[in-house]
Amino acid sequence: MGNVGAKDVPVLLSPEGLRIDGRKVDELRPMKIQVGALHNADGSAFVEWGANKVYAAVYGPREVHPRHLQQNNKAVIQCKYNMAAFSVDERKRPGLDRRSQEISKVIAEAFESVVFAEEYPRTSIDIYIEVVQANAGTRCAGLVAASMALADAGIPMVDLLPAVAVGKVAGKIVLDLKKEEDNFGEADLPMALVPQSGRLVLLQMEGHMTEEELSQALDLGVQGCREIYEKMKQALRDRYALGPIGGSA
Amino acid sequence: MSEEVSAEILTTHILDLAAEGKRLDGRGADDYRKVTVEPGFVTSADGSALVRIGETAVLAGVKLEPGKPFPDTPNAGVLTTNAELIPLSNAIFEPGPPQPGAIEVSRVVDRAIRAAETIDLTRLCVTPGEKTWVCYVDIHVLDHSGNLIDAALLAALGALTHSTVPAKRFEIAEADYPLEVNHFPVECTFVRLGDTLMVDPTFDEERAAQGRLTVATDEVGRVVAMQKGLVGAFSPDDVKDVVRRAFRHGERHRILAKGGAP
Repeated sequence: MGNVGAKDVPVLLSPEGLRIDGRKVDELRPMKIQVGALHNADGSAFVEWGANKVYAAVYGPREVHPRHLQQNNKAVIQCKYNMAAFSVDERKRPGLDRRSQEISKVIAEAFESVVFAEEYPRTSIDIYIEVVQANAGTRCAGLVAASMALADAGIPMVDLLPAVAVGKVAGKIVLDLKKEEDNFGEADLPMALVPQSGRLVLLQMEGHMTEEELSQALDLGVQGCREIYEKMKQALRDRYALGPIGGSA
Repeated sequence: MSEEVSAEILTTHILDLAAEGKRLDGRGADDYRKVTVEPGFVTSADGSALVRIGETAVLAGVKLEPGKPFPDTPNAGVLTTNAELIPLSNAIFEPGPPQPGAIEVSRVVDRAIRAAETIDLTRLCVTPGEKTWVCYVDIHVLDHSGNLIDAALLAALGALTHSTVPAKRFEIAEADYPLEVNHFPVECTFVRLGDTLMVDPTFDEERAAQGRLTVATDEVGRVVAMQKGLVGAFSPDDVKDVVRRAFRHGERHRILAKGGAP
């Protein structure tokens, strides 16, 4: 949406109703989830989702830094979302910007809604999300990766948090925007779902939609999250399922 | 048990083993861990490489953008190296501005690339005094399990070797072309553990080390950069020994950076 009015707007929806990469309106980009992708972290994951490549690492529960954030009745959940300088077309200056800080905050709050933080008073659970290649939807990819990293670290949670962005492209509500659709589309609505309760713990929106479209978008997003949820559970099984008798897989 | 106490016990153990010429992971003093180089890992970069040395993992990405040359070198392009030791890679790193450790890695890598004349900077110049390519080498440490300097330069070299100048995108030439790489510097790091100089230290060995010495060599037999780090001392004979060994390890790693088999 940053490029409204720019020239060379690509054709986002074909007459047959197919999208710029040939997907149907309710189709996700291919997704690969690797649990335990890093060595040093207490829990980690690598998610490739379309052309996004995102690592997440979890450290903790551990001592709280800085100390004054410590809470006596529960763990604090801290999140740092960061993009590598080379993850986008125009080199991004390294370091925290306002966008990264906002995304870090809403992701941390999403996880505070599902982690049993009261089990670990006076500690910190630190989530680090590193986007090494970006193509729209990195906060959702980060959430999925961080969910898997928390599970890998053995942190008790109500549920995993599948996440996806729904958008409006050429007047149609579509699932899982890629870069061109994000840049030239009419709306972007990322969300994260708690599958067991059916409630949303992350919800943002930018653009314009009618009440009817918004309602349709929410339904499509929940459906997409449920599809991603199955992939997430499968990734955990792939990592931790016991093999045939005689040892673990 | 606090982290400091367990680190101290481990240090004592590592030094005891070193006194018998042994290492915690069973390697000999001159055994390098397994090294892999995966070029083209990130397609949003103009060049990239993921390097693994044992459990250490470093990702380097190259970005080329048009910019202005420095006033004192109007005919030369600009090369910038930046390393980030992000908290994802090890529990010891805190979020925030670059720590001295990250700055040291960036600068040692940058010196080796520059001194070896890896890239002929004058070839990056488009219009003298006005327009040139600015080459950013960004190094992202994913897993810090020791020997970051070697991994960082190898990743940077792997990324540069597989870089494309995006001349078409910036309307500077009709077509993109491969970035010219003239020399292939490779670092080799050693630590002193007691009387022994061990190559390719792990994270725990670095913490136990009584001095660290890094030597960068290139393919035409030149030493192009050195850095002594940590608390400790080396004799001139130690340095000569390390240089000789650095050339031998460097030869193998250069082939990997270029994309070949060792």
